Amino acid sequence: MNKTIKLDYLARVEGEGGLTVRLKGDEVVDARLNIFEPPRFFEAFLRGRRFSEAPDITARICGICPIAYMMSSIQAMETGFGYHVDGMLRELRRLIYFGEWIESHALHIYMLHAPDFLGYQDVIKLAGDFPEIVERGLKLKKLGNDIMTLIGGREIHPINIRVGGFYRVPTKNELNSLSDRIKWAREAALETVRWVATMEFPDFEQDYEFVALRHPEEYAVIEGDLASNKGLSFPISAFEEYIREDHVKHSTSLQASVRGRGAYCVGPMARININFEKLSALAREAASEVKFGPGCLNPFKSIIARAIEVVHACDESLRIIEGYQMPEMPSIDLTPRTATCYGCTEAPRGICWHRYRVDEDGTILDARIVPPTSQNQRAIEDDLLHFVRKNMALPEDRLAWLCEQVVRNYDPCISCSCHYLKLKFERDLDGDI
Amino acid sequence: MATKKRPKLAVWKFASCDGCQLSLLDCEDELLAVAREIEVAYFPEGFREVIKGPYDISLVEGSITTAHDAERIHKVRRMSKTVIAIGACATSGGIQALRNFKDVKEFARYVYPRPEYISTLSKSTPLSDHINVDYELRGCPISKVQLIETVSAFLNSRKPNVPSHSVCMECKRKGNICVMVAKGIPCLGPVTHAGCDALCPTYNRGCYACFGPKESPNTGSLSRWLGERSGMKDKDIMRSFRGINAYAEPFRKESEAHE
Repeated sequence: MNKTIKLDYLARVEGEGGLTVRLKGDEVVDARLNIFEPPRFFEAFLRGRRFSEAPDITARICGICPIAYMMSSIQAMETGFGYHVDGMLRELRRLIYFGEWIESHALHIYMLHAPDFLGYQDVIKLAGDFPEIVERGLKLKKLGNDIMTLIGGREIHPINIRVGGFYRVPTKNELNSLSDRIKWAREAALETVRWVATMEFPDFEQDYEFVALRHPEEYAVIEGDLASNKGLSFPISAFEEYIREDHVKHSTSLQASVRGRGAYCVGPMARININFEKLSALAREAASEVKFGPGCLNPFKSIIARAIEVVHACDESLRIIEGYQMPEMPSIDLTPRTATCYGCTEAPRGICWHRYRVDEDGTILDARIVPPTSQNQRAIEDDLLHFVRKNMALPEDRLAWLCEQVVRNYDPCISCSCHYLKLKFERDLDGDI
Repeated sequence: MATKKRPKLAVWKFASCDGCQLSLLDCEDELLAVAREIEVAYFPEGFREVIKGPYDISLVEGSITTAHDAERIHKVRRMSKTVIAIGACATSGGIQALRNFKDVKEFARYVYPRPEYISTLSKSTPLSDHINVDYELRGCPISKVQLIETVSAFLNSRKPNVPSHSVCMECKRKGNICVMVAKGIPCLGPVTHAGCDALCPTYNRGCYACFGPKESPNTGSLSRWLGERSGMKDKDIMRSFRGINAYAEPFRKESEAHE
């Protein structure tokens, strides 16, 4: 007897997608993240463009995390040409990046992920029972957007970010105007940590290899070397030596893995596992209050990791604003040169890696971009396989709900890499059930 | 809960970055109020539950780039009383329409190790090439204010108050000093549809036309200015028009004239 249970759409992820879990009798034989995103060929049409166009073009890969793409391409060009933008311009870059983290994490925690834990179809229904909580989430999210808008001009595809710096830098007063609201947000983020920690987490752990940027002084966001909890440590220029990408038939997004080892995981869980001691004191306190920290291998608890990162982002944003002095020039002048340029920054969902080859006029000859979700794809499939294996006894609709949650643990930004997935169970029932 | 029947809204995605539909979730102050007036019947980015069509309003993000999507958009049309195309992808083919000037097979070979797994059309096209569209909202991304205005206009059977003049008008109204005249910064504002409130010039930057061409733009005249005043070479002028709205006809023609 064959039986197929099909859930057509994986909702509440950015982009659309689905999964196939194939069962034979009581054995889970296969778990796949099916990706049919119509390819958009960014790397192909970047060839022939000016280096200075890369940030605005690559921003369009993802409307949820445009800053990540802009910053990775900018870092690539600047370091490739032999420049390092420092001081207040660097601080402003970190600030706008934290704006994106706050917005994206609040969106995922409150609107996409929390309804899973609490048994609601969506945030509007959640708001019906918990209006104050949802309003707090929306207000946090809006603050993240407002940081991006103040510095970047708008929150989606900001226009004020360029190779070399900015077109216009904010005055001290303009930034100060956000201080009170960020102070409120920091408190709201602490409450968020306490709130998400009360949720019920399925008992499930995986032996992950976490990969994140590491920086000697900072909880790495805009630069660093790459490191893993299993001993990897290499400069971003060596990414392709350590990481391979494969093209599988069921996905238009390439799947990344650590050479010779397999799946790895990027994003908030990876960052907290690798860089915990670099979080702000308040964020570390918040983590210890809810007994969360490095060593956590339960992917469902990524919602706590995100909340702790919001505390850190608010804390650091306030520190940046307090120390801000308006720079004399909004950007540095750059002269391009023939170079292979590498960039890698921490998008809300994990490392976003870029490589460009540029000629002496500054024309892009070659481009390669590895978004975070394509790096998590294999880990998502592994989680799914093991989770279903462990929870076969659950009623099918409950299992399906939890499988969706397994995917949402990664806050997959499918539009970056993939689109239109289908979640279905294919069960070949042997025997006489 | 309101007792009267609420109009049903659906949000669809084709080839895109998700940014325009995110604009809806970015209406943090309005979202809960909007949800009281409108039934969000289909919006997978934010809502798990699917309420069957037909729908009163469908907001459609993204361009048509696959045979499958070319069929799917007709289904969306059949299920929807009003179809509103949102954003540059849906109204002009978006940045992925840069393939339209090249060989897409070469693109597939370049990006994918196994191009035989990839199925795609040679061109990325706007919705209006495939179906009758009731309204087009421009921008990469769209403006939240215009989105709410447009939805509310359709629900109240009135014309949306969305100006169709150029970005230059917005600069004048804001009192911006013209970046092109005063500083020689190349700016596509004179030929670009309004809607961003002259964002780039306000930030000391030339407009890069993310809202696409305004009605009857004089692109040839602007190109002469870009060449003479800003010292741009033909290939730079070509690249300026060949951006986020490359396949919108006036921009396509102008870029081809400088190829």
